[in-house]
Amino acid sequence: MRAYVPAYDLRAPSSLSEVLALLAREPGTWQLMAGGTDLMVLLEAGKLSHKRFLSVAKLDDLRGIEAAREFVIVGAMTTYTEIQNHPILQSEFPLLCSAARETGSIATQNRGTLGGNIVNASPAADSPPALLVYDAEVELVSERGARWVPYHGFHTGYKKMQMAADELLRAIRLPRRAKKWLQFYRKVGTRRAQAISKVCIAGAALVENGAISDIRIALGSVAPVVMRAVKTETSLRGVSITPTVIEAARGTLAQEIAPIDDIRSTARYRLRVAQNLLQEFLSQLTK
Amino acid sequence: MSELVSRIHIQCRVNGEPRHAETFPMARLLDVLREELRLTGTKEGCGEGECGACSILLNGAIVNSCLIPAIEADGADIRTIEGIASGDQLNAVQKAFLECGGAQCGICTPGMVIAATALLERHPHPNDAEIREGLAGNLCRCTGYQKIFAAVVRACELSTEKKPVSR
Repeated sequence: MRAYVPAYDLRAPSSLSEVLALLAREPGTWQLMAGGTDLMVLLEAGKLSHKRFLSVAKLDDLRGIEAAREFVIVGAMTTYTEIQNHPILQSEFPLLCSAARETGSIATQNRGTLGGNIVNASPAADSPPALLVYDAEVELVSERGARWVPYHGFHTGYKKMQMAADELLRAIRLPRRAKKWLQFYRKVGTRRAQAISKVCIAGAALVENGAISDIRIALGSVAPVVMRAVKTETSLRGVSITPTVIEAARGTLAQEIAPIDDIRSTARYRLRVAQNLLQEFLSQLTK
Repeated sequence: MSELVSRIHIQCRVNGEPRHAETFPMARLLDVLREELRLTGTKEGCGEGECGACSILLNGAIVNSCLIPAIEADGADIRTIEGIASGDQLNAVQKAFLECGGAQCGICTPGMVIAATALLERHPHPNDAEIREGLAGNLCRCTGYQKIFAAVVRACELSTEKKPVSR
């Protein structure tokens, strides 16, 4: 049933300090709204149980992409459209651009934000696998101060995050890598546009003298959180890719992911596709 | 159900004209346009950002108006399907849709025209893949899409034809 909109409070403060003050004074009362592409869907479906929201749309300090020497810093309210069109992100962080291009439609990409995607904490979100591969960190701010935390480990369970009730996610930073990593991103959904992922994978590897010296593998829609396949990564470090190695990696991956049956797919299909995508990524490293 | 908030006053430009409305901050912009401003050209399809029937241009960018809370329309520049033609003069996309039979039942058509117009504003000469991508957020259950695709190709020709030759 459709929501009764007069029952929802939504305010749009024009300064960050105002937002942080409200979060500090009444922790848990206010939920933040970024692009609204998920919250407004819940509203229409009558499933938005929280009633008081703060829009961060007017906070300009949360927007924009800034390239420093060691990091590229992406404001939490940066949209998918802005991400995919940014030249430095295109050349150094192509997986994030691919994820941005494959999220929803152009209309969704014009509204959906990177910070919103993280805090919405869907295990099927498309940009988090790329963020994990790039060793991203997120900046949390509150009236108590600001802190950077590694994105890996930020989600602790389904829709659970290491974030206090008075905190706001202000920015995401991506360390710029000196060496050339080979990169891979693939999303499998019902169709190319608009679909929510059945399985999504991002991978990056540094191959030196024919062997993998470092590797990152991250997947969406195969566990309660978007996850790094740390065991699979460990088993591949220092190894040269052969068919035997790929077969073993498929086995390790099966042990560390935990896909489920739901409306979008089945556990069995997700497992098989995740293994196939891993194989596709690893096969490309030998080229 | 209890009311938590009172109506707010929002002011914006819609199709070049200053407009205002008294509405709830979480009301969908789609409903404000249709019910408060009586601009019923914008349609509701799915109500969950999947079908594109409610597409409008918000500050120049295509968005689904069913996913925009009214408070964000305050101060915004909005273009709806009613603002695509200049008076009686249809734009190239609208002419091409007529010429190519790009509409059947018509529910998706305003959104398709907005999406195609937004595409041609970004890429005046899109390739086939760009046209498909530009329309990917808009669903049509009648045409099978071929005539809509053909209409966008035709719209590119029409907008090129009317341009002055020398530059």
